[in-house]
Amino acid sequence: MGKILRRTFLIGGAAIAGGVAFGAYIVNRDHANPLIGTTKEGEVAFNPYLKITEDDQITVMVPRAEMGQGITTTLTALLAEELDVTLEKVTVEIAPAANAYYNSTMLEEGAGKPHFDRSFSAEALRATMGTVGKVLGLQVTGGSTSTIDAYEKMRMAGATARETLKLAAYKQTGIDTDGMKTSDGAVILPDGTKLPYGSLAQTAAEIDTPSDVALRPASDWKILGKSQPRTDMRAKSTGAPLFGMDVDLQDMVYATLKMNPRLGGPMIRMDTTEARKIKGVIDVVDMTATQDEAFGGGFAVIATNTWAAFKGAEAVDVEWGPAPYPATTEGIMEVIANTLDRSEAEGEGDVMREEGDVKLAFADAPRERIVEARYQVPYLAHATMEPMNATAQLKDGESHLWAGTQAPTLVRDDCAWEVGVDKERTFIHSTYLGGGFGRRGEVDFCRFAARLAKKTNGKPVKLVWSREEDMTHDTYRPAAISTWKARLDDDGFPMAVDGRIACPSIIKSVMARTFPSIGAAGPDNTITQGAADQPYDIANYKITGVKAPVDIPIGFWRSVGNSYNGFFHECFMDEIAHAAGKDPIEMRRRIMAKHPTAVGTLNKVAELADWDAPAVEGQGKGVAFTLSFGCWTAIAVEVSQSDDGIRIEKVSIAADIGKALDPAIVANQLQSGAIYGLSSCLGEKITFADGMVQETNYDTYDAMRMYQCPEFAIAVMETADHMGGSGEPGTPPVIPALANAVFNLTGKRIRSMPLSDEVEFV
Amino acid sequence: MKLTVNGTQMDLDAEPDMPLLWALRDLVGLKGPKFGCGIAACGSCTVMIDGVAQRSCVLALEDVDGEVTTIEGISNGETLHPVQQAWIENQVAQCGYCQSGQIMAAVALLDEVPNPTDEDINAAMTNLCRCGTYPQIRQAIKRAAELKSQTGGEA
Repeated sequence: MGKILRRTFLIGGAAIAGGVAFGAYIVNRDHANPLIGTTKEGEVAFNPYLKITEDDQITVMVPRAEMGQGITTTLTALLAEELDVTLEKVTVEIAPAANAYYNSTMLEEGAGKPHFDRSFSAEALRATMGTVGKVLGLQVTGGSTSTIDAYEKMRMAGATARETLKLAAYKQTGIDTDGMKTSDGAVILPDGTKLPYGSLAQTAAEIDTPSDVALRPASDWKILGKSQPRTDMRAKSTGAPLFGMDVDLQDMVYATLKMNPRLGGPMIRMDTTEARKIKGVIDVVDMTATQDEAFGGGFAVIATNTWAAFKGAEAVDVEWGPAPYPATTEGIMEVIANTLDRSEAEGEGDVMREEGDVKLAFADAPRERIVEARYQVPYLAHATMEPMNATAQLKDGESHLWAGTQAPTLVRDDCAWEVGVDKERTFIHSTYLGGGFGRRGEVDFCRFAARLAKKTNGKPVKLVWSREEDMTHDTYRPAAISTWKARLDDDGFPMAVDGRIACPSIIKSVMARTFPSIGAAGPDNTITQGAADQPYDIANYKITGVKAPVDIPIGFWRSVGNSYNGFFHECFMDEIAHAAGKDPIEMRRRIMAKHPTAVGTLNKVAELADWDAPAVEGQGKGVAFTLSFGCWTAIAVEVSQSDDGIRIEKVSIAADIGKALDPAIVANQLQSGAIYGLSSCLGEKITFADGMVQETNYDTYDAMRMYQCPEFAIAVMETADHMGGSGEPGTPPVIPALANAVFNLTGKRIRSMPLSDEVEFV
Repeated sequence: MKLTVNGTQMDLDAEPDMPLLWALRDLVGLKGPKFGCGIAACGSCTVMIDGVAQRSCVLALEDVDGEVTTIEGISNGETLHPVQQAWIENQVAQCGYCQSGQIMAAVALLDEVPNPTDEDINAAMTNLCRCGTYPQIRQAIKRAAELKSQTGGEA
């Protein structure tokens, strides 16, 4: 695994260091079923996704992290559809960490080819990367890929189990399977006799799984394609202990953590005398790694309850060393700006899209036909509602970890390495996640808990970060700066667009934390994602990405590069439309005419927002389009001016996802992504002084609240050729749509986030 | 420290400055109230004290001067509180972490204002939700008001 990883590891298409040639044996080999050996008395594991007991308990194992996106419901529905059971009859369990639950779609999409590019070479690259996903066995939730990845796998798991159960019925009755039907959790014989699946399970366990099972056409679906009640809704409406934060074990001790607020810097000295005097404090432990580690120095306080641990941490007298990056926001932004300007002057950077000849197109351009702009965005925190936490126990040669994680197999391998226990004796107990947004794809909070478990003499230890620790030790959405230049043709349409984005490399940062021995060579397509892969047809079109050398920990933040490139690209498109005196929807329809799916979303959003209605004094509207994670998404935002500031009145979303397995959940995800994006317009920014993050809690890093929340109109469309995701695509276009609406209302073109730095919102 | 939680009297071995939230979670074992911020900014820890919504993360045990109700104490066995029923009917929760606090804030609001306007809801529902479930919360509160008027107000 280590060697394969080193040669071929790739996230986001950035780090193919070697060839990706695996033997056919490795590629075709299935990972072992992780449920073997874990079943109860009388329970049969049909495959990694399904268990059935003799007394008819049907359990679906969901291999992805439930962080609000409704994945437990939709993945269960995929299996239930083919198995012929109702969702109410099924028990849902979060699957263990296992390579059998690999996500190949995430790597296919990470290959970085534009979603609309279905050329042979693009598809071949996707297929290759999907193979890498399978061989590595990476069980990850991210990139809005869960339903796409599970679409065949989990339906096939249900279908093969159904056919196996029919064969079991044949074995028990001697009746030919051709005359059998299945319905509501039972095989039905030609005479109407119902054999519940549970009564067939033991017999089925002795039968080889049939290999020639066909999936049902969508026209036969009873569950999929219709909105289902979420399987987790009652538990989440009754305060059930679902989350990592709620883990409660016998003899458990509690702990909290303080790492150097100058991220990655060392701990020079600590005096624990006062902390040890606090009632309930058991121990204060140096958490600095013995080997090189990106997290720098720090300590943890172990106590009999969380509050005592928090008080103890405050009482430790500590001296922190310097940060490995400029101490202030100004200094950091200067590095990014200088990187951008130098790369432009010297013609450097990774060209991620190039059509026509931009240089030539600008060479003879009349001044009045040129539009230019410079944009920037700040660092952002994920700020999940549930602060980072994990519970770990090291006892009897086994390592156990309880956590809400987006990357269970990475966490398993990382914790095994951390405590020196074999992977086979390392057990990850995945919980529900109180928000993820990319933050819980990191291993830090789990690694720290595992490290601490070495100090508690076999007792489980629950490590809870304070909100302050969480906010100031995030893996942030990076700051980015970009320059844009367009030339309009005689009809006012853009005949050339040249965009250049400078941003610290997310891939480099993630790799340094998670796999320090592997480099991150080559271009990082997260820098240009959302700009280089858009379905615009512009004759001369060039997008360049430049890595800025700033060593602040950064990571995947809902929609990743699309979160800033959506803003850059789509505000600049609005500038072009304005310069040409064109309607921004009409202009986009023209430039995306080759993609009817895109045009369809624009037409729909125009209808939802009543776009062509005459302008009203004191009201403004803006539009934007981003194709991200396979979902073609147009958003229109309507705003109004009040005495106290600008109010966001309505957000209209037209999103073509190709196939919506659960339309209500998809719509809720689009709304959620949009509110996440709008929140980033309303005051969110992470700033630095003395090397430390200055925003420490929700009082200084807030998000949208009820009183600010607009009305939503959402159309989930299904005309696109390929299925897309829904967890992230709502975020990128809502940000420029709001900025463009503010321009339409006030005439003020805001090219820097958050928008609230320049206008007041209410 | 003496405390009455969901109708049960208890005597906790705790420091008087311990916030109610941590006493409930770590000592009593009630995980419904959630830790979100520790500074009363997000509302995930909302409980009711003598029927008034309070943020338990900043309320020291020594300052608790009434009966505490957590989300575990608002339903009547399997019969859920009308607010919880409305939450399920409107499929409000996404990640769900903030929803215990949202539900407790809504219960307190409807006890005081049986038919809240949008303005009432904006003023009372100041809890943070990072998943952005606000439109569904608003619908659910209005639905819960209907359910309460039909059932006479009690779960």
